[in-house]
Amino acid sequence: MRSRDNHSLLRLMKALLWKALRLASLLAAISIVSFILVSNSPVDPVQAYIGADMLVVSHEQRELIASYWGLDDPPAEQFFRWGSALLHGDMGVSMIYQQPVTEVIGERFVSSLSLMAVSWLLSGIIGFTAGVLAAMNKGRWLDRIIKWYCYALASTPTFWMGLVLLIVFAVWLGWFPVALGVPAGKLAEDVSLLDRLRHMILPALTLSIVGISSIALHTRQKLIDVLESDYVWFAKARGEKGFTLFFRHGLRNIALPALTLQFTSFGELFGGAVLAEQVFSYPGLGQATVEAGLRGDVPLLLGIVLFTAIFVFAGNAIADVLYRTVDPRMKERGTL
Amino acid sequence: MALLEVEGLTVAFRRQAGLFRQRTMEVIHGLELTVDAGQVVAVVGSSGSGKSLLAHAIMGLLPDNAHCSGSIRYDGTLLDAARVSELRGKEIAIVPQSVTYLDPLIRVGKQVRHAASAGGGEGERLQKQVFARNGLAEETARMYPHELSGGMARRVLASTAIISGAKLIVADEPTPGLNEAAALETARQFRELADAGCAVLFITHDIQLALSFADRIVVLYAGTVMENAAAADFAGDGERLRHPYTKALWQALPGNGFKPLGGSQPHPDMLPPGCLFAPRCCHASEDCTSQRPEFMPLRDGAVRCFHAS
Ligand SMILES: Nc1ncnc2c1ncn2[C@@H]1O[C@H](COP(=O)(O)OP(=O)(O)O)[C@@H](O)[C@H]1O
Ligand code: SF4
Ligand SMILES: [Mg+2]
Repeated sequence: MRSRDNHSLLRLMKALLWKALRLASLLAAISIVSFILVSNSPVDPVQAYIGADMLVVSHEQRELIASYWGLDDPPAEQFFRWGSALLHGDMGVSMIYQQPVTEVIGERFVSSLSLMAVSWLLSGIIGFTAGVLAAMNKGRWLDRIIKWYCYALASTPTFWMGLVLLIVFAVWLGWFPVALGVPAGKLAEDVSLLDRLRHMILPALTLSIVGISSIALHTRQKLIDVLESDYVWFAKARGEKGFTLFFRHGLRNIALPALTLQFTSFGELFGGAVLAEQVFSYPGLGQATVEAGLRGDVPLLLGIVLFTAIFVFAGNAIADVLYRTVDPRMKERGTL
Repeated sequence: MALLEVEGLTVAFRRQAGLFRQRTMEVIHGLELTVDAGQVVAVVGSSGSGKSLLAHAIMGLLPDNAHCSGSIRYDGTLLDAARVSELRGKEIAIVPQSVTYLDPLIRVGKQVRHAASAGGGEGERLQKQVFARNGLAEETARMYPHELSGGMARRVLASTAIISGAKLIVADEPTPGLNEAAALETARQFRELADAGCAVLFITHDIQLALSFADRIVVLYAGTVMENAAAADFAGDGERLRHPYTKALWQALPGNGFKPLGGSQPHPDMLPPGCLFAPRCCHASEDCTSQRPEFMPLRDGAVRCFHAS
């Protein structure tokens, strides 16, 4: 028994090492591809940097700016400069925020994180419950309503959902603020937690409403399979019924797949956040991504790309480790 | 005294055939059998003859698209849906056919203890005892179903019924995959349960094993009972046996001439109009191919054949 546990621990370590290697090569590939894309983009970083003040800037000043940021050097040289600084932990300075990229990402991520965490939890809990209810009432009206709702939402774009919520709750009903992360014109120290929450509700709702359908449909199908399985049949034959039956055999067998799905959905979560933050002018990482892209802020854009890659990768790795440590059938298998 | 009485049991499946048409396929037809307390009744039949469906019908757990008619009585009273749901796991237990009937995420010892009527420490003590009895090492209890070998899985499944304290035990092929000694040990335990007053319905396709410990043999063919005989009737040349199929089964055994029976059991979709055994029967007459014989009592048994004597 003991030696088997040690064995599976060893295998877990090996799997994690593999994952680390894969992450490193993934990040290298992503950096190169993104850099090529950005350096061939039609956006002129100098013009984007100066913005509307373009008229009052002379040709000499333009040159100065370009050489200050090293924009005239060959792309390969720029890339290696950026790459070697990165290896020393320096992601460079954001052109539009005039702040180190790590700081910008840090600040922005914190406000996005609360948004994403709230909607992740909401969509997970609501989606799971809806899936369970649908499966338990398979073919009846409750199941049909939930299924209909999920299919409708699965084909709804996030920004459209955001606009609908914005119009109904913020513009028509006036229950929530229309935009921004904090009340406009208030000093930072006057902003209360309540203010922040009120500003977060609509974007978080938008994100979670869209996230519900995949987890609900997945859980519904899983539970239907479990309820039709031989082991649930045998549990009934042993006299188990009602809540005991569901708790012992249903819940256990669907919780892990649902949790895994939630962790592997970090990519969609971030993608949704980009759109939702744009609709609600919410100052998160998603919005910074759009800004950096539109205004050619190469260091910031690359920083965000790398950061999100790690973020999504971490979600997948957590899902994988969960499976390996929780599902007894997975402990035996060593393959990735 | 009969603890289980099955009369005229018929099971049919509804199936979608095309967009608007539904077809029904009858897989069990007018099946009769009884099991007394203290008796082991073995149901023998080849694969697809309806053995598992019979077991599932008794448990009241047929699939949703199955339609069931006829009557099943337990202890003299009709076993309807409400009553069987009350008695499952308490008075009626089943040993299912394969390891897929165990929950993949729960340690097997725990699953066996779930089946015990006694909870807590007493349940654990019983589980240890029944495992030891079945030659299962103590650490087997901590294993997950996927870690069990085929033989261990069978013994774990049998343990659930043995531990349940039920009075009627239905065992659906509990022995394939076991070596001869282990199969005999399993059989002996069911015999002991019967001797202690239980009624045991033992489903198998191993007629020799059945004969070694059962009181009565029920021969199933294409979804119905062809013959109900005392185990003692299987002797000599099979002259005391009533049905041509039973005789053929008996004569196909290694010790009795090893004469194989040609042909194969008809699929429920293409049943012959007359006697279900007619296509393979060497005594078949004109009547046999046009009419179904009734199941009739004969010499302290019963048979479904026009020409039985
Ligand atoms: N769920 C089902 N739907 C349709 N046909 C079924 C179903 N279950 C069993 N059958 C059919 O019923 C017949 C008897 O099956 P079964 O009782 O499992 O046989 P046995 O246990 O004797 O091998 C087979 O022909 C099988 O194809
Ligand atoms: S009824 Fe006819 S065909 Fe059927 S078993 Fe008897 S003799 Fe054979
Ligand atoms: Mg079977």
